[in-house]
Amino acid sequence: MKFLPALALLATPAMADMPTLNVLTYDSFTAEWGPGPAIAKGFEATCACKVNYIAAGDGGAILSRLKMEGAGSEADVALGLDTSLMEAARATGLFAPVAAQPNTLPVPFADAEFQPFDWGWFAFVHLKSLENPPANFKALAASDLKIVIQDPRSSTPGLGLVMWVKAAYGDQAGQVWADLADNIVTVTPGWDEAYGLFLKGEADMVLSYTTSPAYHLIAESDDTKTAAAFDEGHYMQVEVAGKLKAAKQPALADAFLAYLAGPEAQGVIPTTNWMYPAQEAALPKGYETLIKPAKSLLLSSTEAEALRQAAIEEWQAALAQ
Amino acid sequence: MASGARAVTAAVAVLVAAPLAVLALQSGLALRAADLAALRFTVFQALLSAAISCVLAVPLARALARRQFPGRGALLTLLGAPFLLPSIVAVLGIVSVFGRSGWVSQVTGAPFPLYGLTGVLMAHVFFNLPLATRFLLQGWQSIPAERQRLAATLNLPPMARFAHVEAPMLRAHLPGAFVAIFLVCLTSFVVALTLGGGPRATTVELAIYQALRFDFDPGHAAALAAVQAGLAALAVTLAARIALPDLGAGLDRPPVPQSRGRLLDAAVILAATLYLTLPLLAVLAEGLPALSALPAQVWPAALRSVVTALAAAALAVAAALVLALAAARGSRLAELVATLPMVASGLVLGTGWFLLLRPFVRPESLALPATVLTNALMALPFLLRLLLPQARRLHQDYDRLAQATGLTGLTRLRYLTLPRLARPLGLGAGIAAALSMGDLGTIALFADQDQATLPLVVQRLAGAYRMEAASGAALLLVALSFTLFAAFDLGGRHAGK
Repeated sequence: MKFLPALALLATPAMADMPTLNVLTYDSFTAEWGPGPAIAKGFEATCACKVNYIAAGDGGAILSRLKMEGAGSEADVALGLDTSLMEAARATGLFAPVAAQPNTLPVPFADAEFQPFDWGWFAFVHLKSLENPPANFKALAASDLKIVIQDPRSSTPGLGLVMWVKAAYGDQAGQVWADLADNIVTVTPGWDEAYGLFLKGEADMVLSYTTSPAYHLIAESDDTKTAAAFDEGHYMQVEVAGKLKAAKQPALADAFLAYLAGPEAQGVIPTTNWMYPAQEAALPKGYETLIKPAKSLLLSSTEAEALRQAAIEEWQAALAQ
Repeated sequence: MASGARAVTAAVAVLVAAPLAVLALQSGLALRAADLAALRFTVFQALLSAAISCVLAVPLARALARRQFPGRGALLTLLGAPFLLPSIVAVLGIVSVFGRSGWVSQVTGAPFPLYGLTGVLMAHVFFNLPLATRFLLQGWQSIPAERQRLAATLNLPPMARFAHVEAPMLRAHLPGAFVAIFLVCLTSFVVALTLGGGPRATTVELAIYQALRFDFDPGHAAALAAVQAGLAALAVTLAARIALPDLGAGLDRPPVPQSRGRLLDAAVILAATLYLTLPLLAVLAEGLPALSALPAQVWPAALRSVVTALAAAALAVAAALVLALAAARGSRLAELVATLPMVASGLVLGTGWFLLLRPFVRPESLALPATVLTNALMALPFLLRLLLPQARRLHQDYDRLAQATGLTGLTRLRYLTLPRLARPLGLGAGIAAALSMGDLGTIALFADQDQATLPLVVQRLAGAYRMEAASGAALLLVALSFTLFAAFDLGGRHAGK
């Protein structure tokens, strides 16, 4: 493998003169089926530069990598943290202010250091054939329906669900979890294990996003799946990008963040990341079939950070009975 | 200890201790109240998993040792397959068979209660029964034919036969198998949580993952890894107390046919084969349709995985051989040191090395070497446990002779050591290669977008809704691991004849 980069240099000597923008992001963003390649290509056409993705496992891995590397990080841009990790990321003091971009999120969102690039509503996904899908957590807890969820200690959707219940029920969250305990088939370390178990028929519903049915509809022409609309409202995941203070290419980083907010990059998001774009962008056909929650829930990043530890302990105590 | 063995022992100790130390320096060693519950569950399930696997392996290995039937060799190789499945693949295979809507539930008409301790134990037995069986089979093959014949000539009743011929062998081999499995289950994470049904099934490894990924508390992770390593050291020491040295040398020979217990043996072999192959069949059935249309990223990733696995296997075998020979000469230190890496957790070792190397080099430029090194380290404990009984016997039987005739150095290695240890070396190389093929911990930390290995691509596919493509890529991964494993194992068995 070692000689390959050397060969590439020999073949295209001009490339060596171009500046490189290093973007630290999560694995699935950079995959050939993710938004990364199209966004890199689109930006490279405008910047006379090269985009290099540094891939970490997930949002949590991006943050721990930044903490490990500190100001010595090679990254110019970090992309893929969400609101539950934002305060911890801010606390590192590694992020620089970014230019404000307008956004079309269903709740007001403005931050000096983090720019939203996509978002989604958490939801329980089920087969359309499911009779009497529950309309809220209480109905779910009272039913015999079986669900699979993710662990908040190792997965961002899992943490999102804990925040969802907390945002909707506050002090009663522990009781809601205790009532839900007999509906939970199992708790998986990550989103993919839970979704895989659901597709195998191990549970009636799985914690995912309202946009998940769009993947099946658009990519697989399968319209058997939908998401249950909960009347408490749906908790949101907002994914953000930021510029690092120590960026070696600060101007390119700004240009990249501006490009990320533009229609070209935003138009790539819905069919690659399967999330809603954060700015005005045409949605692909199929998205109109998705449920639209009437109420959106989102704790501010400071509230989320303050509640996280206690909310996870509450979840654990209720389910470990 | 010879200087070579001393150097390898020191290298392994440094490679394990340095990353732990650097993590501890980040935020200070710390343990929490919740860790105690995780520790209790981890040890409990690991003890049970190891005990059940070993108890079931005795009749299975016994049946396989004394029966000759067509396809026996193929079955022995196939028995290696469960152990080398990446854990998430194995979990989904088990769910296909035993899940709430799996094959068994469909036949019986009621959902099988898989999730909970049952599921954790069933999965761990699925993984480790084959491993225990191969360990014990080596033991049965080491019983001198003269003893078998003597027992047959004297027409000993089964109980007496067991007490005089088989029990001493089991005491030599069973503790090693038990410890190896205990160690594997000690670091269980995906299996325990996914099938465990909820946070009751929290293991230490999950707490390590959380500490490194979510809380970024490296000192906490290091403390947990140190606790795991301490448990491992305890297990190894206890096993060494209990284990007896292997029996005297015998001539390698085909199984001694016996007519007694033929039906029972057939039933045992059949039941185990069914239990171990049904989930494999499910993996096959789900992966095959997607195999023809795999995404382009899969192929270079597969090549990287194979190269990494071969390098890790070579390194692990060389180091394990040196350490096993030293341990056979009586070095308890070599034995202990070789056991530590695996339980120190791949994630902890990877993170520690990342922190250590970060100031000097780009981590990406070391992704594959770091993966090779970590995987070689992680395979050491298995290799050592496999090699040790026969390395001890070799030392007992031939050391004086070799010294008396002046057989030393490479000549001794070539004509005495390697031929005598070919079988466990082949099996061990196969296990090391397969373990490395399935590794996710280290590569995920170091790799950039262009360096993904096959397990990482499987995870990326599954993380992007592409479960079918993920099944296909997982099947490719399993097929490649199995091919490597089978090639080494058959090679060892052939050379050992």
